[in-house]
Amino acid sequence: MELKEKLIASFMAFENLVDIDSPVHDVRSEAIKEFETQGFPSRRDEAWKYTSLNSILKHDYSVFPKSENHIDYNDIKKYFIHDIDTYKIVFIDGKYSSHFSETTHDGIDVCLMSSALSKPKYRPIIENYFNKVATKDGLTSLNTAFSQEGAYIHIPKNKSVAKPIQIVHFSTGNEAALMLQPRNLIVVDENAHVQIIERHQSLTENPVLTNTVTEIFADKRAIVDYYKIQNDNENASLIDSTFIDQKQESCASVHTFSFGGKLTRNNLRFYQNGERIDSTLKGVTIIGNKQHVDHNTLVHHIEPNCESHQDYQGIFGDSSVGVFNGKVLVNKEAQKTNAFQANNNILLSDKATINTKPQLEIFADDVKCSHGCTIGQLDESAIFYMQSRGIPEKEAKALLLYAFGNSVLSSVKIPEIKQRITNIIATKLGINIGFDL
Amino acid sequence: MLKINNLHASINDKAILKGINLEVKAGEVHAIMGPNGSGKSTLASVIAGKDEYEMTEGEILFENENINELSPEERAHKGVFLSFQYPVEIPGVSVTNFIRTAINETRKAKGLPDMPANEMLKMIREKSEMLEIDRKFLSRSLNEGFSGGEKKRNEIFQLAMLEPKLAILDETDSGLDIDALRIVASGVNKIKSEDNAVIIITHYQRLLDHIVPDFVHVLHEGRIVKSGGKELAHELEEKGYDWIKEELNA
Repeated sequence: MELKEKLIASFMAFENLVDIDSPVHDVRSEAIKEFETQGFPSRRDEAWKYTSLNSILKHDYSVFPKSENHIDYNDIKKYFIHDIDTYKIVFIDGKYSSHFSETTHDGIDVCLMSSALSKPKYRPIIENYFNKVATKDGLTSLNTAFSQEGAYIHIPKNKSVAKPIQIVHFSTGNEAALMLQPRNLIVVDENAHVQIIERHQSLTENPVLTNTVTEIFADKRAIVDYYKIQNDNENASLIDSTFIDQKQESCASVHTFSFGGKLTRNNLRFYQNGERIDSTLKGVTIIGNKQHVDHNTLVHHIEPNCESHQDYQGIFGDSSVGVFNGKVLVNKEAQKTNAFQANNNILLSDKATINTKPQLEIFADDVKCSHGCTIGQLDESAIFYMQSRGIPEKEAKALLLYAFGNSVLSSVKIPEIKQRITNIIATKLGINIGFDL
Repeated sequence: MLKINNLHASINDKAILKGINLEVKAGEVHAIMGPNGSGKSTLASVIAGKDEYEMTEGEILFENENINELSPEERAHKGVFLSFQYPVEIPGVSVTNFIRTAINETRKAKGLPDMPANEMLKMIREKSEMLEIDRKFLSRSLNEGFSGGEKKRNEIFQLAMLEPKLAILDETDSGLDIDALRIVASGVNKIKSEDNAVIIITHYQRLLDHIVPDFVHVLHEGRIVKSGGKELAHELEEKGYDWIKEELNA
């Protein structure tokens, strides 16, 4: 059976597991129909021109994981930001792990989607926000249909969360192949502040496909900083769709660090529903072998006096493939918009590929919009210069690459994350960088 | 210290150096002068090991060791330093981090541990004061947005930090105003000792008023066609290069 048919057939079994009388289930039922109509995207779709899902859809994925494997904390400690105190929402093979998690209801809600979907006290939030900013494309609809587990975070007005929240998904290889559909809802009320770190990590050689959807709502003057660490093994693929609805004077940033995985697709959508909003989208991609990373972004400037900053840097080795498609849409009413976009790439091998496509649709006449993309090799004269000062060629190249990604790291607000990313980059480049830049 | 025998080098099959012979001993200052396109910068790059150039004949001996096949960093580790005519901008790497990396990589090549941080800071302070370099300058990205004078001063700062045996200054005087020239020259003079040597590549006499050469060589069409003492530089300044060309053709 094709995966699409299998998923549709599985929906009935899924209905036995959830409360089908809840309003959310109407949303799910609509969504499965939508998925049935649209199916998976293909390269005939403009937005998927350079990314084919064929190689990852061919596996016979289990849709419902069975019992969870035992995991020893020492084996997974390294996947957490463990040198600072954090809240943790941890899932193993799609199931909540209370053992590794540290949730709270003390003034804020950092807990599970499954309980938020079932308990009456969360109903107002769910009704107001669930599936309200997510789009209705095939993959998002598929996730919506099976939405049941994930992170639920609600930060009430004027609350500043003292420690970052980590959302971590592990897969253990219990199944020959596993497909996960995590669904996150993050609601940040007026003048509240939260920092979130998300990671998907496979602990197995078995194929894993994660189709995750995150909805984020940043109310007036809210500040949301989101960090996605994508450094999975080469049998794990990730389709991440993140939708952010911003109200006036809110600041939201998403940093995406893509260092691993077989195929990674990041759909990142910002909708600016208010004035004086600031949106930041930053990414560092460093991949090799036959890895594939596709960043597909949208910033929709709907109202006047807002800013957006997009900066994606990519380093591609071996036969890896990178895609950047960044769309900036400025409505007629969105005067005085200031939108900046940059995508800079370095190809380390003749077989590496980058497809980059800035897309600006501007209907307002008093705006500042800039975009630029570059594709280059390392500067030979800079390498010789460094060598002539005693820095070996390999270190010189690494230093240049490292400096190349640096402009993206400068906006990371959590020092431990910056340090972690620094270390991952150093490891990726195969050198020991004994200083910070 | 440096002995060059019958050096031929070409780039893209075009011969640039056509049989250079040069010997530089410890404690000496040599000036290499010559008209544009005579091969001065090529000679500097070939000594430093730039692989764009192909050595087709001859040998370069450094402290009696043939360094023809050594990489640029290996030559640097042995004590060869090239001050660039056009220093390269490296965004994202600060002057301090760059020099720290360069020093520690050189120490590593010699089997030494990293220089302790306090020692490094002390040295950076001393050398930057000697060259009248502002501390703020040290945390800026290497050469990025530097003025011509700042770039050259930064080259001499690195020279002072790395303490090489042989310093090759490729048109260090170009782009310098009189004050910067004086600071750079006095820096080089302070570094100069009986144990090291300097090769100055220049078009003009003015740097040689400050750093007095023991020998002056004239390079023309890839060969050293005339050598002499410091008075040769004065003669060139007065008369230009044409008389040498005429002498050659005679």
